[in-house]
Amino acid sequence: MTEHSRLRRFMTHFWLALAIVIIVFPIYLVFVASTHTSQEILSAPMPVTPGPHLLENYARALGEGAENLGASALTMMKNSFIMALGIAVGKIVISLLAAYAIVFFKFPFRSFFFWSIFVTLMLPVEVRIMPTYKVVSDLGLTNSYLGLILPMVVSATAVFLFRQFFMTVPREIAEASQIDGAGPMAFFGEILVPMTRTPIAAMFVIQFIYGWNQYLWPLLITTKQKYYTLLIGINRMLSGADVQIEWEIVMATTLLAMIPPILVVVLMQKQFVKGMTDTEK
Amino acid sequence: MAKQYEFSSKGLPYLLVLPQMAIVLVFFFWPSAQALWQSFFVQDAFGLRSIFVGFDNYLKLFRDPEYWDSFGVSAAFAVTVALSSMGIALFLAAQANKKIRGAGFYKTMLTWPYAVATMVAGVLWLFMFNPNVGVVAWFLDKTFGLEWNHLLDSTHAFLLITVAASWKQIAYNFVFFLAGLQSVPATLVEAAAIDGAGSFTRFWRIIFPMLSPTTFYLLVMNLVYGFFETFPIVHQVTGGGPGKATSILIYKVWRDGVVNLELGSSAAQSVVLMILVIGLTVLQFRFIERKVTY
Repeated sequence: MTEHSRLRRFMTHFWLALAIVIIVFPIYLVFVASTHTSQEILSAPMPVTPGPHLLENYARALGEGAENLGASALTMMKNSFIMALGIAVGKIVISLLAAYAIVFFKFPFRSFFFWSIFVTLMLPVEVRIMPTYKVVSDLGLTNSYLGLILPMVVSATAVFLFRQFFMTVPREIAEASQIDGAGPMAFFGEILVPMTRTPIAAMFVIQFIYGWNQYLWPLLITTKQKYYTLLIGINRMLSGADVQIEWEIVMATTLLAMIPPILVVVLMQKQFVKGMTDTEK
Repeated sequence: MAKQYEFSSKGLPYLLVLPQMAIVLVFFFWPSAQALWQSFFVQDAFGLRSIFVGFDNYLKLFRDPEYWDSFGVSAAFAVTVALSSMGIALFLAAQANKKIRGAGFYKTMLTWPYAVATMVAGVLWLFMFNPNVGVVAWFLDKTFGLEWNHLLDSTHAFLLITVAASWKQIAYNFVFFLAGLQSVPATLVEAAAIDGAGSFTRFWRIIFPMLSPTTFYLLVMNLVYGFFETFPIVHQVTGGGPGKATSILIYKVWRDGVVNLELGSSAAQSVVLMILVIGLTVLQFRFIERKVTY
């Protein structure tokens, strides 16, 4: 190996390692802060090595939460889970059904339906947030799980992905099941959906993360602590003077808010990457 | 694409699209129409009556220098975030795509930050740069005598939200660029190498042009991200301040609607944003069109 290429190889490792340090450092700091007391964090500079209060801080965050908040991380975690699962499962179910109709049936207005769903791709919920809020509050769905979930379930991406996959399913399979006397719903439930496992898993990873990380929408419609998600709780805890903030609890909660989606990505990295890059096509 | 086998059933397909259509109708078309409708009205002082004012809300908006400032900040912010996070991600993807020891580890480590919420990214950077408790703020002060305060200095505020937003977006771009790089045929690159092209030439002359669909797709997605999905960072880190220095469009819509209760103006702003997204999507669609046939 020449000197030149050895140096180049070293530089490759150097850049990648540097990037990882920059990515990990802020999260490491959050972890460190979650193991100290507020006083230690407030005394500049705060320590940069873990302290002895880990169990105590997490127990308090999970059990009761910060004093000025009135919601424990456990409750908020439950809410985040309900919202993320509701959004992911809801999107997948209604998109599977719609994609099935669009690919396997011929009916008047088929392309009208397809395009109506397609245009939703254009407007992220952030853009139409106020009028959507009005609709949800007119329906009496503020401070409810249904209100957190339903407006987020609109998904052109999922319909797209499933439609594409369905189009690659050999038509003979559908024909054969029809000849065997199975109805369209039996074919859907017993043959098509099991075949779609991989795209469903991919979609689940992406939509679970999307749901878990929602911020603006829950910020608008949850005013009762009972329905706070983790991210809303963190925001509420931080909206006060710096000295009054219980940093160790905020940081413990922040770390708890990061763990589930990160686990999902790491454990399902293959499906995740596939799901992401497939929606591009 | 071979013609699909089609079931014949009269009612069933409608039943199948019904849930999706119901949700699209109630939570997408109806609110969008409402925004459009409301943008032509103002509410009286007591919020009892709506008065039709035609295009007044829009005219007021376009005559308001504050709105144009917000537009300028948003554009600068979105473009900076898109270019920096894409540039860094492309560079890292090119490095991680080399045949090196530990490549799998590097790829995982650069992929998972995708799962970090935009809001959390804001909290992380806020915590490092908080003038009172931030480690980095303290370090800057002690080492360079730079008093970091994004609550008072608008340049600091803009830098902080830009860095936080870019940091969060690198993983997303990395995943796409890496997938793109992996689909570049190795034979093509080798052939160029045999022809005497150096690694720099190989990258810019052969690999980069082959990535152009990915790059274009990402550019649109990153602009959409910068304009619309970065609300949590602004809301958490700067609150649009100091003054209105980091009040990007999406933050302003929220503020005027929720805090200031100027519903007509907020609706008009929503409509302008919708037009902006539609423009971006049409751009992207022209690109998808080549791949999707229906």
